[in-house]
Amino acid sequence: MKTAIETKNLTLSYGDSIIINELDLQIPKGEITVFIGGNGCGKSTLLRSIARLLKPKNGAVLLEGNAIAKMSTKDVAKQMSILPQSPIAPEGLTVLQLVKQGRYPYQTWLKQWTEKDEEEVTKALKATAIEDLKDRPVDSLSGGQRQRAWIAMTLAQDTDVILLDEPTTYLDMTHQIEILDLLFELNEKEQRTIVMVLHDLNLACRYADNIVAIKDRKIYAQGKPEHIISCPLVKNVFGMDCQITVDPLFGTPLCIPFGKGRCILKEVVL
Amino acid sequence: MLLKNNGQRFIGLFIAIFLLLLLMCASIVYGYTDTTWGMVLDAFQNNNGSNEHIIIETVRLPRSLIAAAVGSSLAISGVLMQTLTKNPLASPGIFGVNAGAGFAVVLAVTLFSVGNLQAFTWISFLGATVAAIAVYTIGSTGREGLTPMKLTLAGAAISAMFASFTQGFLVINEAAFEQVLFWLAGSVEGRKMEILTNVLPYLLIGWLGSLIISSKMNVLSMGEDVAKGLGLNTGLLKIMVAIIVILLAGGSVAIAGPIGFIGIVIPHVTRSIVGIDHRWLIPFAGILGGILLLAADIMARYIIMPQEVPVGVMTAIIGTPFFIYIARKGFNAR
Repeated sequence: MKTAIETKNLTLSYGDSIIINELDLQIPKGEITVFIGGNGCGKSTLLRSIARLLKPKNGAVLLEGNAIAKMSTKDVAKQMSILPQSPIAPEGLTVLQLVKQGRYPYQTWLKQWTEKDEEEVTKALKATAIEDLKDRPVDSLSGGQRQRAWIAMTLAQDTDVILLDEPTTYLDMTHQIEILDLLFELNEKEQRTIVMVLHDLNLACRYADNIVAIKDRKIYAQGKPEHIISCPLVKNVFGMDCQITVDPLFGTPLCIPFGKGRCILKEVVL
Repeated sequence: MLLKNNGQRFIGLFIAIFLLLLLMCASIVYGYTDTTWGMVLDAFQNNNGSNEHIIIETVRLPRSLIAAAVGSSLAISGVLMQTLTKNPLASPGIFGVNAGAGFAVVLAVTLFSVGNLQAFTWISFLGATVAAIAVYTIGSTGREGLTPMKLTLAGAAISAMFASFTQGFLVINEAAFEQVLFWLAGSVEGRKMEILTNVLPYLLIGWLGSLIISSKMNVLSMGEDVAKGLGLNTGLLKIMVAIIVILLAGGSVAIAGPIGFIGIVIPHVTRSIVGIDHRWLIPFAGILGGILLLAADIMARYIIMPQEVPVGVMTAIIGTPFFIYIARKGFNAR
């Protein structure tokens, strides 16, 4: 299996506190990888550092074998796009203007806007089904539409690797599924490598080919959800007791947390 | 937005440029000394050394050009500052340029008894630059580099510091107070052409630079993370913005003293006309800034004739109703 992204001896810190320590990680090409872990475990920090938004304290991030720190930032942007957590568009920016910004890495002084740029923007609008919204200001859209507009921007960037930091946060269930379906299709049809942080473990199990569970500044486990998700993993990574069962529709692992709540079963199975 | 497509914006730009030129001419023609459009033509073609001709050439012409140049520069640096700090109330003053320049002038008057406008030009430019560099450096300390919040805080602190020093010096030295007060009010009046030609190269670089970075400013306005993800070198861009603001706002304060308001209001007025694309916003703001300062300066001559109202006060009188109108309509009314 080919590797799209690799980290070598990667150490990340905020000031003196180490967030990720000496991490060696391989992210497979053409698959969907999801980072999971408790709040503050460093999964977003790791994603941001892979996207070069955060300078590592030590170690390197390699993209297709090349250290991103040594590449020009525009060249990185042609191979890897990042959608940060809850980005905010400037007031009044239209969807089309937003998506067009995705072509920034390809623009030079001589070549301002080409047919290829136009083509990629149209494709991105189509893939995210927001063609009808293209003249609307981003701030007038609903949460789900807005997120699709931002994803369209990263698609217009036309990169093999797409990183997304909690792309479903603040979305209702319908829109969460809509966004994840969209990303799943992109991966299926165009074999794009997708790396994202998700909070919902069950959705992670359903959509990810590869899960990276982060705990105590390092990787606790990595692999296919059905191979690695277990009660001890959830207990160790999230500090939560649960039962793992099989999703009756998809067959992927399904985590049912223990705890309080109304129990309407005659016999308590816990 | 008033102008919805590029065709309309081009036409709008031509109308605005025409208005700017018209006001520049009006600024030369109208004032306390009675002159006519014919006299102005005469003064340039065959100057006969008459009182009117001399006034037109040595007083009115520089004043008109200075108002246009300073108004444009302040408006453009206002646009850059508001995008850089993500603060709709930001002005070039946030970089400490006005406070730094004011302090430098007061210091020079008190300690070295410097007393002419010519000398004030370089002293205030230097003061503005030193203050801006201090603000930028303090705002950039820490892990994430320059953030809008740190920049704004550093600017407020440095400005307050220089302003207090200025007041301290003025309290101690009353003679300096007299001399400096007129400068601190901000004015485009009584400046020789030389002052403009000295500073003009810096303004030209600033104007050109602001146009060059305009599409990068669009990317930066989407937020630091998104901009970096798109391959924009945000650190370099911020330094370029800082340099351009020092050239434009520092140059303006050097020529005309601190003139507030234009840097805050014109960016908003312009956004409501052409929208938020910096490739249009920056040139339009420049022209509209020139128009506002020229109009304010012309009106300032007539309100309490033969005396003049400080032009800073006039910009506020003209600009405020505009500002309230736009604020009520919403900054980006569609």
